Formats: sequence, structure tokens, C-alpha cells
Amino acid sequence: MSESRQQRGPMGGGMGKNMAGSDAKVKDFNKTLRMLLGYMKPYRVKVGLVIFFALFSTTFSIVGPKLLGKVTTKLAEGLIAFYLQTGLLTDFQYIGKMITLLVVLYIVSAICSYTQSYLMTGVSMRVTYKLRKDISEKMNRIPLNYYDTRTHGEVLSRITNDVDLVNQTLNQTMTQLITSTTMIIGVLTMMLSISWLMTIVALLVVPLTMVIIGVVIKRSQGYFKAQQKHLGELNGHIEEIYGGHTIVQAFNGEADAVEHFDSINDELYHSAWKSQFVSSIMMPVMNFVGNLGYVLVSILGGYLAVKKVVDIGDIQAFIQYMRSFTQPVSQLASISNTLQSTVAAAERVFEFLAEPEEIPESSSPITAEAIHGDVTFDHVSFGYNPEQLIIKDFSAEVKAGQRIAIVGPTGAGKTTIVKLLMRFYDIGKGDISVDGHSIYEFTRHDLRELFGMVLQDTWLYNDTIMENIRYGTPEATDEEVIEAAKAAHCDEFIRALPDGYHMVLNEESSNISQGQKQLFTIARVILANPKILILDEATSSVDTRTEILIQRAMEHLMQNRTSFVIAHRLSTIKDSDLILVMKDGDIVEQGNHDTLLAQNGFYAELYMSQFEE
Amino acid sequence: MLKLVKYLKPYALMILAAVMLLLIQANCDLALPDYMADIVNTGVMSGGIGFILKTGATMILITLIGTLASITVGFMASMTAAGVARDLRKDVFKRVAAFTNAEFDQFSTASLITRTTNDITQIQTVLAMMIRLIFYAPILGFGGIIKAINSSASMSWIIGIAVITLLGVIAILFSIVLPKFKLIQKLVDRLNLVTRENIDGMLVIRAFNTQQFELNRFDKANEDLTQTNLFVNRIMVLLMPVMMLVMNLVSVAIVWVGSKHVSSFQMNIGDMMAYMQYAMQIIMAFLMMSMMFILVPRAAVSADRVAEVIETMPSIVDDPNPDHFEADFTPEVVFKDVSFHYPGGQGDVLHQLNFTAKAGQTTAIIGSTGSGKSTLVNLIMRFYDVTDGGIYVGGKNIKNLKRHMLRDKIGYVPQKSILFSGTIESNLKYGDQTADIETVEQASRIAQATEFIETKEEKYASTIAQGGTNVSGGQKQRLSIARALVKNAPIYIFDDSFSALDVKTDQKLRTALKKETGDSTIILVAQRVSTIMYAEQILVLDNGRIVGKGTHESLLRTCEVYREIARSQLSEEELALE
Repeated sequence: MSESRQQRGPMGGGMGKNMAGSDAKVKDFNKTLRMLLGYMKPYRVKVGLVIFFALFSTTFSIVGPKLLGKVTTKLAEGLIAFYLQTGLLTDFQYIGKMITLLVVLYIVSAICSYTQSYLMTGVSMRVTYKLRKDISEKMNRIPLNYYDTRTHGEVLSRITNDVDLVNQTLNQTMTQLITSTTMIIGVLTMMLSISWLMTIVALLVVPLTMVIIGVVIKRSQGYFKAQQKHLGELNGHIEEIYGGHTIVQAFNGEADAVEHFDSINDELYHSAWKSQFVSSIMMPVMNFVGNLGYVLVSILGGYLAVKKVVDIGDIQAFIQYMRSFTQPVSQLASISNTLQSTVAAAERVFEFLAEPEEIPESSSPITAEAIHGDVTFDHVSFGYNPEQLIIKDFSAEVKAGQRIAIVGPTGAGKTTIVKLLMRFYDIGKGDISVDGHSIYEFTRHDLRELFGMVLQDTWLYNDTIMENIRYGTPEATDEEVIEAAKAAHCDEFIRALPDGYHMVLNEESSNISQGQKQLFTIARVILANPKILILDEATSSVDTRTEILIQRAMEHLMQNRTSFVIAHRLSTIKDSDLILVMKDGDIVEQGNHDTLLAQNGFYAELYMSQFEE
Repeated sequence: MLKLVKYLKPYALMILAAVMLLLIQANCDLALPDYMADIVNTGVMSGGIGFILKTGATMILITLIGTLASITVGFMASMTAAGVARDLRKDVFKRVAAFTNAEFDQFSTASLITRTTNDITQIQTVLAMMIRLIFYAPILGFGGIIKAINSSASMSWIIGIAVITLLGVIAILFSIVLPKFKLIQKLVDRLNLVTRENIDGMLVIRAFNTQQFELNRFDKANEDLTQTNLFVNRIMVLLMPVMMLVMNLVSVAIVWVGSKHVSSFQMNIGDMMAYMQYAMQIIMAFLMMSMMFILVPRAAVSADRVAEVIETMPSIVDDPNPDHFEADFTPEVVFKDVSFHYPGGQGDVLHQLNFTAKAGQTTAIIGSTGSGKSTLVNLIMRFYDVTDGGIYVGGKNIKNLKRHMLRDKIGYVPQKSILFSGTIESNLKYGDQTADIETVEQASRIAQATEFIETKEEKYASTIAQGGTNVSGGQKQRLSIARALVKNAPIYIFDDSFSALDVKTDQKLRTALKKETGDSTIILVAQRVSTIMYAEQILVLDNGRIVGKGTHESLLRTCEVYREIARSQLSEEELALE
């Protein structure tokens, strides 16, 4: 049955990892729980119904054994009466009535139980849906440097693993909390109504059960953690060696790799069998405790029945109650664990939702129509963190239609300039203005509409080529898209593809080269027809012919537009109106090619180095 | 799956013992209701307290035996499952370590990783459960049926109907839900894909003001997943109430029919109560068995995937009587009529290549993507074997050499810089663990890596994270170059290894390299003309053929493909400079 419970949430892959509950550290349990309950608020009527139906179904199922016991008692009374020759053998009318009542009760109980699960599933799914939706909206409002400071996998796991975990356990915990509590109270009442003495004996079993569960959980968690750790190490090693197998072989490292693997594998073996064993003890021991209680009750019940204190059917009922008593107890015991990991996951999600957002837009933004494309940098200073300035007091004047080349060694911070311009980051001191208006007077939306951007990192999404080019200009017609593709020199080869413009790009679209992908992004910008252009020229790992096409497409794009080019080609650099030379995150020189060469500084050095032997 | 049965062999005794113990456990479980019936029939009805106590004591003893048996089975199952998993993992890893690129291409690295990790874990989990269930369920079910028939054959139909109903319900539910499970996996992947695209493309999304578009895309994926999940879960939660209902109705039916038997003296009350418990045990046994039908196919898929790896032989095996290098080894690499096509691939990727890379010289290879540059290099490394012709290193055909010997002579820098977790030092010494610190420092200097290593707090002891994620692309490439240089090899191969370096560093590095490597043979694949223009020999590859061979100047005059490449990268004046 535990299997069927796991089947309920067949989502994602997070489950296995989280089962051990290793990272279930909660900072503020109550606050997170309150927030989680807040998400359930719109469904409070449904949750009320869930509680109602849960109460009903449990109550009905609790009454069952008692009634069944009455039948048995009646039967026994009949027999004894027969022996004593004092009455009817069996009161079938009474028994028949009871049986009918039981069948009705059980069916109603099953219906209530299903209705309860049905509603609760709906609620937990909707809560999960809302959580995901909120995250996706939040993602757009968080400043970009949030994404720079952590891996994308980390953000992704908030949305997938953590939300999944909340989804899986929310349903389970809520239902169990209600049914287990009702069950315990109900069963206890029934047991007491049969015999207080037998109840006390039966209850002696409970603390024993609790202790055993506690010990086993504690033990197994230690082993589970060890197993998880070794498994992680082993997976890491496997990933590394398989991923780098050419290096392993080229450097004759196979033997070492196998040796290292063997040692982790052995450690894993020891922690694996131990954790599996310890957790396998749980069932038989619980069974034993249950059986112990069962035997004790049988003995005591038998004794009491002989003394005529209890009826024989009551013993039968009592045994059934005992059997159904241990399950909710162990459920409640494990609920606190499950709840911990649920809340821990929820807390990580809420933390993300509480991240500081971008600074608000100007309250009275100006419209961005009729902009020519003059750009002024006025004493701009910026650093990703305030202590470490990356750009110090940078000023430059760019006229509409000019071409600005940004050059410098890798890692010099060339893209930072353009990111400031588009307000991906907010500058520390100074101002940047477009046509004399500070970029902070525009809305981000309007400002960014002025710019077109082609980065080295081509970003395409899982849809057709047509839609990928149309991205950012949704109102463009198919004809306009094809026009743009022609201008970007990619029409011809798109037509040669299996589905032409309707070919769907996916992660495996390996028959499309990096260079061709870059052409799509150029077509995308051509279609958007921006006032100001930002280009990253680097075209490493692109074959010659495509490179020529890209070059031509970029030339076409730059005509009559203010353009900022992160330049790698000397031809582009030489033709630029202004060259910004960057080094270690600083603009060390600016001017055009001739004046910079004449300065005989860093630029001249950079330029000449290509032709030295 | 059957192919992996031999892995159970070392544990055969343990499994046999487990089966015996399970027999004991099942017998104990089935005996209890009998004793309970005795208590009711004899003890209560005829009022013997002593009898009740004695029977009770026997019951406790039986429970204890059953529990001990069950725990021991758990121990054996855990040992066996974990042991089989360990042995399997070991064999798989060893085999994969011997795989050549051809097998890696065939399986894909990601798939090999899953097969070594998740698939084997899956086998382990199911195996542990199987040992407990696959024998226990039939024993319990069979024993229960015998007991039930013995105590009242005429009520068997109740159990029969119950079992059939339950199995029917399970079959129906799963036939509806199973196909949806696959769909759900797809929808989860879709949601993850959209999310990942969103995170990766955050800059582009903001640049193009397409936040709303992305929200809609996400919402669609989210809604689809929620709807399907809702459907599947609402069907799955039927299982518990239905099961409970069937079990409860069985009890009621037994009491109803049983009471008739009791009143006509065909049955004792205690037997009726015992019968109810047999019925529950039989139903449980069938539930366990149906669970096996769900679990086993899943494990079988994993087992097949694992067996496939173990059964695949590496396509390159060393010659059993290998040739050896001469003592006065000259590091010359000669290609004689070399042709190559990928295993299973159509048509040659390399055609009739002939050239000699001389000792002390740099032989550069240039050409567009897909022209076969990297393939050529992979052949020298024997990641693949040539299909035709021969490659000679130091005068020996490399096919006749042990790969270890061959690779010992080569310092190799791949296109994609791969570092291993550890420290900078452990990475640099990867090819030669005995290298002293001077050699390491020297190699770093040539590779232009000293500058950034020195700025790190722990210098050479700085940690490298898995996948080298804590160093930049350019730094990774420099470390990868230094790692090859530490080997002090007579032959160096650089497979497009300067791409992440800026022009200036590239130039510095090449100058230092030229100075330090002296008599070594250097084979250098590159995209940038500026990287290779000073090489003694340049090979121009186009569609797997050598279309030009010579120096930069001579190729500019004679080779159209080379001229085209050069023109796309250098300005007219620079071309004229020559």
C-alpha cells in the first residue's frame, strides 16, 4: 500500500532525493506554515468539506466492527441458548438487519472517503499550480544579477523539485492529519466502550510502538544520509569520468579511475545494505508489537468473556480496532517528519518569492517615440557589488548613427557597458541618457524597445523557426519574417531544412550549426527594427562560409543605426567612429583607430600582438 | 533481464536460506488465527482460563519466531540486493572505462551515466522487495487458501469473488493510468524545458519585452501538467477506498454466510472468526503479487539497459602481441593513405590523407566545421581506428601498439577543456603524478596560467569544482594546456585549444610554447588564421580531403579555400602585409 501512495505523485525526479529528508532544515516553521495555509485560503470551503467527509468516512468505518461484533455475539447467544434450550437458535431477522446496515455504512464510508480524496487532490494541485505561477511571474521581476550569482540549476530546482515535494506531501499530510486523528479518537472511544481494562492493555502497546518507530527512524536516517552521501560521491565520479573519458584515456587514467570507483562503491555497499536493513526491520517489529497486543487481548478477552464481562463479538471487534489503531499512530508519528520536509521545501519557494525586486519604474514615464539614437554616458560608475567598482567614471558622447566598438581581452567587462545601457543593471553613479532623456525616465519596456541585441550566446526556444524569428515582434506577418530572414542571409538554408520555416527547434536540433542559430537571432533583430543596436561579434566555432554570411548580415543591420559592437574583427574596429578599449573592467582608452594607434598604448599593443612572431 | 541472473549466483545460498525463512514466517502468520479460534471455541465456550493462557503463550512464541524469521530475511535481502548492485556497478564501470569513442557515441554519455547509477539503484530496490515478496506472497496466498478450504470449503466463493474484483479494479485503474504516467513525465519535462529556457534567456526576454508571452507559455505548460496530474491522481485515490470497501464487504459476507453455517452446526464461531482472517491474508497476498507485476517490468527495463552495456565489447582491443617503440624514438607522425568512416556511418569522413608531421615542427590543420579536423586528431589518439591506410608514430603502425604506450608519448589538449574535481595541482599532474612542482610551475608559465593561479589565495592548492565550474572558460583552457605540458611528451596535439583565449594571450602562449617544446612534434588544429599562420606546415582540410599543404604565404597564393578563410578573418591590408 505504501507503493500506491507513492504512485500518487509521479512527478519529477526530486522524490528520491528528498525521501531521506536530509536538507529538511526549517528556519521559521510557523511563518512558512502560515504562508502555505494562506495559499489554501481560496479553497477554504473545499477544505471544510474535506474535513467533513473525512470525519464521516472514518466514523462510519469505526462503527463497522462494533456492529459486526454484535452479530457474532448474537450468534454465540443463540448457540448458548440452544444448548440451554431456552430460546431460538439464531435470530436471522436481527442479523439480516445488521448486515444490511453494515453494507450501507461501508458503501457510504467508501463514497465519503473517495469524495474527500477527490477534493483534497484538487486543492493541493491548485495550490501547486498557483505556487508555480507565482514563481514564473516573480522570475521576471528579479534583478538580473540574482541569476548571475547562482547556478541556473539552483533556480530551476525551486520550481521543480521543491514545488513537487510540496505537492506530494501536502495532499498526504493534510488527509492523514485529519483521518488519523479522527481514527485514533474514534477507535479509542469504541475500545473504551467495550472494556477499559482491555483498552489499557492495548494502549501499553502504543508507547512501545512509538519508541520503536523513533529508534528505527533515527537509526535509518543516519544510514540513509551516509548512503545519500556515498551515492552522491559515486554519481559525481561517474559523471566526471564518463564526461571526460577522452581525457582519462588520453592520459592513461583508467586504472586510477576504476580504483577510486571501487573504494566509493564499497563504502556505498556498506551504507546501502545497512540502511535498507534497518528500514526493513520496521515492518516485522511493528507486526510483532501488533501481534503481542493481539495475543494479550485474546487472552484477556477470553478471560473476561468467560467471566461474562464482555461479549464474544466484542472481542472480535476489539481485535479489529487494535489492528486499525497502530496504523494511524505510526502515521501521525511520521507526519511530523513529512511536514518538516514539506515546510522546508515551501520555505525555499517562499524565500525565492520574497527576493528583492527591480527598482520601480518612473512614476511619470516619457514616451519613447521619435527617438534618434543619440546616447550620452555621463560620469557613469558601476559595480556588481558596491565595494568593487567595475566601471569608474566613464563618459562618452555618441551621435545617432555612429558605430562604437568595444574591445579588450576576455573578461574585461565589455558586456557590462551594454547591460547598463539596456537597464539590465542599474548604474551606481552618473547617468546614461538617450536623446537627452535619462534612461530612468523611460519605462523599462519602452527603453528596451529602442534596442536590438545579438549576443554570442544565441537563445532560441522550443518552437518553429518562424516563431523564433518572430520573437519580440508578435504582430509581424509571415512575409515580413521571411523578408527579415532574407536580409539575414538565412532564407536559403532554412528552405533547405526538412520543414523549412516550420521546423521545430529543440535541444537536439544538431543539424543546425551555432552559426546558423546566430543568423536566426540576427533575423530576429532585423524584424524588430530597433533604433539602437548591440552586437557581440565573437564567432568562434563557426565555419568560414557561415561566418561570411554573419558578417554581411551584421553589416546590413548596422546601416543607419547607432550600434555598439563588442568587436573582434579588425575591419569592424577600424571603421568605428569610437573605440572603447577595456582592460580589467576599466575603460582605459577611447578614440578612433588612428588616434589610438598614435597614443601607442594598450590598444596599439593589442593590435600589434597579432603580427608578432 | 535473464542475462543478469548470474549476478545472483554468489548469493544463491543466502536466497535459499531466505526462502526457507519465509516458509517459516508464512506458517507462523497462518497459524495464529487457528490458535485464536481455539481460544474462542474451546477456551471461551467451555470456560478454561488455563487453556486460554497456554494457547496465548504459544501464540506469542509463534509470533516471535515469525518476527525473527522476517528480520533475518530482511537482512539477507538487503545484503543480496546491495551486493548485486555493487557487483553490477563495478562491472559496468569497468566496461565503460574501456569503451572507445565509438561506444560512447552509440550509447551517449548521459545514457551511460543513467545506466550506471539510476538503473542499478532501481534494480537494487526492486530486488530487495522481490526477495521478500516474490516468494512470500505465493506461500502466504497458497497456505491461506488451503487453510480456508480446510475450515470451510463452501465459503471459498466469497474469497474468490473478492480477489477477482480487486485484481479487476487494479487492472482497470492501471490500464487507464499507466499511459498517462508517460504523458505526465513528458509534461514535466516540458515545464522544466520552458522554465530552463526562461532562466537561460532572461536577458533576451527582457531585451525583447516578451515577459507576457513567456508567462503565457509557462502557464500553458503548468495548466496542462496540473490537469493531467489531477486526472491521474483522482483515479489513483480510488484504489484505497475500493480496497477497503472490498475487504469490509468480505468480512460482512463471511459473517452473514458463516452465521448460517454456525446455526446449522457446520462451523464453530471461532472458525468463522479465523476464516475472516484467512480471507484478509489471501487478499493481501494477491495484492502483493499484483504489485510485483507493476514492479518487475520496471526493473526488467533497467536490467536490460544495464545488460546491454555489460555485453557490449569495446570496438578497439589492444593487439595481444604488441609492437614496441625503439629506444631512439623520433616523434614523427606519418599518415599513409588514411581513410576513415564512423562505425555504422555512411561514406568516408576522411579520404586518402597523406602527410608527415616532422619532429621539432608545428603542423597546423585548418578548415571549416565538419571538415574532419577533430576526427583526424582522434585517429592519432586511437579514439577511433583508421578504416584504411595507416598512421605511423616513431616509425610504428599505431594499430600494433598498446594504446597505453602510444598515449604515453602524446600530450593532448582537447577542444572542450575538461577538468576534474580536486585541486589545480591534482589536475595539472593528472598525466604524470610524479611530476615535481618545478615542472608544474613551468608548464603553467608556458600556458599563461601562472597569472591567475598566483592571484588565487591557495595558489596551486586551490580547489577545482566538479566540471571545473569555478574557473572561467579561458582559465580552464589554459589549465588544460598546462596539464598536457606537464607530461613533457615528445608529441603535442592541440585540438582547437586556443579558441577561448583572446588574441593576445593566444600569441603569447604560442611564442612560449615554441621556445620550450624544442624537439617535440606539434599538431595544432585551429579556427583562427592568426593562430596558425607561422606554422612550418599548414594542412587545409575541406570535406575530409587535404586541399592545400604548405606555409601561410604559399597557401595564400595557391589554395582558394585557404584564401577564403583568411579573407574572412583578416583585413585586406593584413593580407597584403605578407
